[in-house]
Amino acid sequence: MQRLEPQRWHAMGIARVPYHIYTDPQIYAREQERIFCGKSWNYVGLSTEISNPGDFKRTVIGDKPVVVIRDSEAKVNVVENRCAHRGVQFCQKPFGHAKEFMCPYHQWTYNLKGDLIGVPFRRGVKKQGGMPADFDPAQHGLRKLKVHERHGVIFASFADDVESFEQYLGESMLKLFDRVFDGRSLTVLGYSRQLIPANWKLMFENIKDPYHASLLHVFLVTFGLFRADNPSKVRMDRTGRHGALISEKGEQNKSEDIAEMKSFRAQLKLADPRLLEPVREFPEYTVVMQTLWPNLIIQQQSNTLATRQLITRGPGEFELFWTFFGYATDSEEMTLRRLRQANLMGPAGFVSIDDSEVMKFSQDGIVPSPSDAGVMEMGGRDWSDEDHIVTEGVIRAFYDYYRKVMDL
Amino acid sequence: MSAPDLNVNDLKALPARELRLELETLYAEYVACIDNDELERFPDFFTENCLYKIQPRSNYERGLPLATWRSESRGMLKDRVVAIRQLSTWGPRRLRHVVSCIRIRGWDGDALRCEANYALFETLPEQLTRVFQVGRYLDRIEVDAGRLRFAEKLCVFDSELIPNTLVYPI
Repeated sequence: MQRLEPQRWHAMGIARVPYHIYTDPQIYAREQERIFCGKSWNYVGLSTEISNPGDFKRTVIGDKPVVVIRDSEAKVNVVENRCAHRGVQFCQKPFGHAKEFMCPYHQWTYNLKGDLIGVPFRRGVKKQGGMPADFDPAQHGLRKLKVHERHGVIFASFADDVESFEQYLGESMLKLFDRVFDGRSLTVLGYSRQLIPANWKLMFENIKDPYHASLLHVFLVTFGLFRADNPSKVRMDRTGRHGALISEKGEQNKSEDIAEMKSFRAQLKLADPRLLEPVREFPEYTVVMQTLWPNLIIQQQSNTLATRQLITRGPGEFELFWTFFGYATDSEEMTLRRLRQANLMGPAGFVSIDDSEVMKFSQDGIVPSPSDAGVMEMGGRDWSDEDHIVTEGVIRAFYDYYRKVMDL
Repeated sequence: MSAPDLNVNDLKALPARELRLELETLYAEYVACIDNDELERFPDFFTENCLYKIQPRSNYERGLPLATWRSESRGMLKDRVVAIRQLSTWGPRRLRHVVSCIRIRGWDGDALRCEANYALFETLPEQLTRVFQVGRYLDRIEVDAGRLRFAEKLCVFDSELIPNTLVYPI
């Protein structure tokens, strides 16, 4: 029998995550409405992808396809990719250049701002048919989203009353955002897309979970790229919805704590060490993995930089869309370094393979047991900024905010 | 496999039909190495300074340099094999390549430019076999230490989406 209301949360609060939130279609529907179409700023791309007036790209927010367009005044507009007439997804090209958009079905035409500028046979043919006299094209434009561009990154919101982007990120998260996106022009190095057979929230949990990184990721642990005995910290915004794992690269040596890291391989050497020849690029920290509600991960691991966009595809699957980038001022040597280090990340990444596979294992384990719950007590049962990474606090923070938005 | 004492002049002198047979044998041995999970032999299919890349067609066609997998030497391929065997965590799978439509594009000095289509099927435990990827090999093949090896192998795949993870080479 169909339940009318989703199940409530677990009595232990955010120290537990009920498994039904990863599987229940009603939860998923509510997430679409309240999270992706709610008062959130969704990542939709980089400014450099649509640098000239008329340039556009397709992307997706939650389930909803949108088109990101630079208009003739160089302003970025984001509209739903759905004709206002009969719902046709009118834009089929992933990237392109246009003066206007015409739906192929009945040739309704829109300008680059999404206003309806042409309806064929609006006045009828030989005085027969046509739209009613009071049909007002101004009322039938594409659905327009609110847009914010900051330092070369474009965000969009379905909510007219969403707070400003800067307020939304909060001071500490904005500072970390500006650390990578400091206003320099960006260059896209390429894309990587994968379909992960798991609920989208497991991806956020993964990047908000420094506990696993010291254990699961042999590669990171062995080469000292991210390890519990390195100087590290976790940071969150005031609401808990955004977070960051921050760390400093250590050496490939044994410390007393490493005995518990079964994955450490003291003797491992790369046959070709050019894969990993990081240079210090940012003044503080060698790794910052930032998670921005509701669909963006900003990756800075050594010299590999990427945005990872989450696109939901039902409760049991999501797409992870990676955009690897560098700066327009990068030397050839730096570009090559970024391309080599990209081997760590993505669907074939030395590190990321582990995460994608474990997310599948999680979903496989969770699906048959929706009334059970996961335990999240590492580092306590609540959340706050910490100067260590032996904690699941950033995930608890995420669910603290999630519960409020979802009313669970 | 081709005769262990092959040299480039012999290869250039081969009639087209025999050259094609040599290439078919190379591709058959290459995919068998992956499909039979004998990855320790995999780097030997490449020259020491090889370039091996797996790229979605969209990056390739737009001239974007990012590869899903980028190895710039036989050493980097060996590191990949070590990672697959010892470092990475992944679930069991079976792979099956079908290679066809080999096109010999011509000689570029002592390197033979060659293309082929591939279809790669993946079978996960308790699942039906699925198409994992289809694409094209864009190769430069050289005679190195008495046998044919890839000096460059670019695997360009059609679907931009990878079903979860790409663990094994293509």
